[in-house]
Amino acid sequence: MTSRHIPLEGEIRIPSGCAISGIFHKDGTRENGERIIRSIELMHDRSNGLGGGFAGYGIYPEYKDYYALHVFYLDASFQRETEDFIKEHFEIANQGEIKTRKMPEITNAPQIWRYFILPLKTKLDSSELDEREYTARCVFSINTKFDKKAAVFSSGKNMGVFKANAFPEDVGRFYMLDDYEGYAWTAHGRYPTNTPGWWGGAHPFSLLDYSIVHNGEISSYDANRRNVEMFGYKCSLMTDTEVITYIFDYLTRKEGLTLEEACDVVSAPFWSTINLMPKDKREYYTYLRKRYHALLINGPFSVILGFAGGMLVLGDRLKLRSMVVAEHGSTFYGASEESAIRLIQPELDRVWAPDAGEAVIARLEERSVRA
Amino acid sequence: MEQGKIYLSPEHEIVRDNDKCIRCQVCERQCANKVHSYDESIDKMLANDENCVNCQRCVSLCPTRALKIRRCENRFRENNNWNETKIRELYLQANSGGVMLGAMGTPLDYPTYWDHMLINASQVTNPSIDPLREPMETRTFLGKKNQKAERGADGRLVTRFNSPQIELDVPVMFSAMSYGSISYNAHESLARAAAELGICYNTGEGGLHEDFYQYGSNTIVQVASGRFGVHGEYLMAGAAIEIKMGQGAKPGIGGHLPGRKVGPDVSRTRMIPEGSDAISPAPHHDIYSIEDLRQLVYSLKEATAYTKPVIVKISAVHNVAAIASGIARSGADIVAIDGFKGGTGAAPSRIRDNVGIPIEVALAAVDARLREEGIRDEVSVVIGGSIHSSSDVVKAIALGADAVYIGTASLLALGCHLCRSCHLNKCNWGIATQEPDLIKRLNPDWGYKRLVNLVSAWKHEIMEMMGGMGINSIEALRGNHLMLRGVGLNEKELEILGIKHAGESI
Repeated sequence: MTSRHIPLEGEIRIPSGCAISGIFHKDGTRENGERIIRSIELMHDRSNGLGGGFAGYGIYPEYKDYYALHVFYLDASFQRETEDFIKEHFEIANQGEIKTRKMPEITNAPQIWRYFILPLKTKLDSSELDEREYTARCVFSINTKFDKKAAVFSSGKNMGVFKANAFPEDVGRFYMLDDYEGYAWTAHGRYPTNTPGWWGGAHPFSLLDYSIVHNGEISSYDANRRNVEMFGYKCSLMTDTEVITYIFDYLTRKEGLTLEEACDVVSAPFWSTINLMPKDKREYYTYLRKRYHALLINGPFSVILGFAGGMLVLGDRLKLRSMVVAEHGSTFYGASEESAIRLIQPELDRVWAPDAGEAVIARLEERSVRA
Repeated sequence: MEQGKIYLSPEHEIVRDNDKCIRCQVCERQCANKVHSYDESIDKMLANDENCVNCQRCVSLCPTRALKIRRCENRFRENNNWNETKIRELYLQANSGGVMLGAMGTPLDYPTYWDHMLINASQVTNPSIDPLREPMETRTFLGKKNQKAERGADGRLVTRFNSPQIELDVPVMFSAMSYGSISYNAHESLARAAAELGICYNTGEGGLHEDFYQYGSNTIVQVASGRFGVHGEYLMAGAAIEIKMGQGAKPGIGGHLPGRKVGPDVSRTRMIPEGSDAISPAPHHDIYSIEDLRQLVYSLKEATAYTKPVIVKISAVHNVAAIASGIARSGADIVAIDGFKGGTGAAPSRIRDNVGIPIEVALAAVDARLREEGIRDEVSVVIGGSIHSSSDVVKAIALGADAVYIGTASLLALGCHLCRSCHLNKCNWGIATQEPDLIKRLNPDWGYKRLVNLVSAWKHEIMEMMGGMGINSIEALRGNHLMLRGVGLNEKELEILGIKHAGESI
């Protein structure tokens, strides 16, 4: 019997609609994954069971100085090769299968492993790279080496991504997220217009401690992709989320821009707006648009970017995707729909919809909202 | 056959409807080639078909529409191998011992890849954008973009751009056409149109007429191998300086402006004696290698205190990607690539029709190479050589160009009918001539307006197509290969262009 080959994510480009949600405790309080699951579950109709996932920050305090690699093995025979590669480049402090719950809603699960690692000193020194760049390059290596049979889908410190091809609430329960406690959570429910063949294509997408959940379909995709690929990134999944993650990583880690400046690049104001600004702001935006012209993002999107110590909410320059943010005490919320926030926190101090292209950034201990 | 005699029937035939003809003699007065004449004895207009170049001037101006010009129906014996053109040209050369000359781009039927690419549009998953209701940005900056982000002492981003840039309202510029090859009025039309459109025109290698310094910020001044009209003030006058290494219509050879086109004004502007042929050498004799090019780039930058971007223009030849990469590393700000279908005021036909490669594949190869080497932001890429319409512009930008040059298209807007006789100095439309009586047929007041109309119309169409793709800023289109699909192309062509075939979804 022959079966039809369903193309894997990365062999085809799959546009998706989505639901996203995020919770962030500015005071560092940690909560388990229960509320974020309920929040994303409310927006059930915004996904279609073909992808869901979560990212939690502050969830591995006992290994907070180690990079936590989460790896899918679609074919168990690639596990040894991958582990050999990891051992060649890193010291492994701990490793094991990620615990999951068997449930009928989740099928075709790959082997899912976790490794807490640090770069081998000698290898790192001879690479002449900084630790993060070294780790990122090794992650790219694994993800392009094994024909997608082994995929690193999380690689940050003290954070982790959990995802699968299913409705997000089922994914959350499958991974038993009520057993993890983090100061920040993001969630994603996916509505792809095509059938993604594997779990690596689900979201959040993550590189080092950046994780992105995204709703939209960017029309600048290939212009952005071809630009970041000049700087060593490999867009192997062909998703918007992947390229947005790399753009943020490139702008902040390699170009040294702040997150706020990076947002001004990807969701730059229109020239007609810039022309009306006072001189220094006009020069600032003109500079960013000229210098990083290929990293402007077009088309509808709203994203929640999780990073170590903060959370960023950003929408496209025409506001073609819904996004609501709210505050209650020192907790910050963001979601595709207000109801997804109200469900888990009925009383709110402030609820608002950010303007087109406006970034809202929440950070540990102090809050900075960009006007 | 006797030496010196040409036994050839004319290429064109004048067909006159004598019932309609009112003997007004407009055709006679309008034809610089002296085709038409009036015979009083029989009260009839006569035509000397042999002199006709089919420029359509008489047809257009005949008040009773009594004229048409058709291909002469006389034929040599049919032969698919030795066709009419080949035989004719052979006879002409056997007769004269000369090189076949032609003007404008090649008329031969080579593939036009623009016509084998289709543009995407949004449906459902991503909304299209209506340019009548939403901002739609076509503003383009040409120049180096590779500046490293720096912060001042106050921690704020340094927003000063180190490299000079050209700013364009729409990524279309008028290609290099020299004063001398085209008329004063044609130059005035181009300069005024560029100023009104917020784009640039290009002086070509003929220097800049003193009257046009006022349009300097919309002018690209060219430095070619003959160095005609080049001096300090000239270099400082423009928005950018272009070093012309090659031209798509005649890769590997220089230019030749016949002495009959060098009148007092052209002579002064080019800084050459009146009536002398202006022959620019095939190479720049101070550039025999890439490191020599670097020296000229920096000489020009020094001469202009690093205030002007330097463009290096090359023709699209087989090794264009590697050459462009070398140029990107030579200090140039912009590389301009001219495809082999590009126009010219005069070129040997053999070279025009057989040397070089199509601009579409040259562009894709250059863009890909610069990206592979991580230096795409070192230079902007401008292309030219047969851009026919706004959809060609959209396809060029999506394929990776920052902007396009239009030459032939702009001349058509001024009235050119592509008779391919520019080198004869008898342009009946007042464009490619220096004859005072002919020049004044091109009124720059309407010439410039027609150019403004053309580019404005294209801009509208570009904005509509961008909006359809869900793109509202030209930079999101640039190099966006997923917005293109090939039709009727083989795998190798698709691979070189870097695009998928129609029907492939990826």
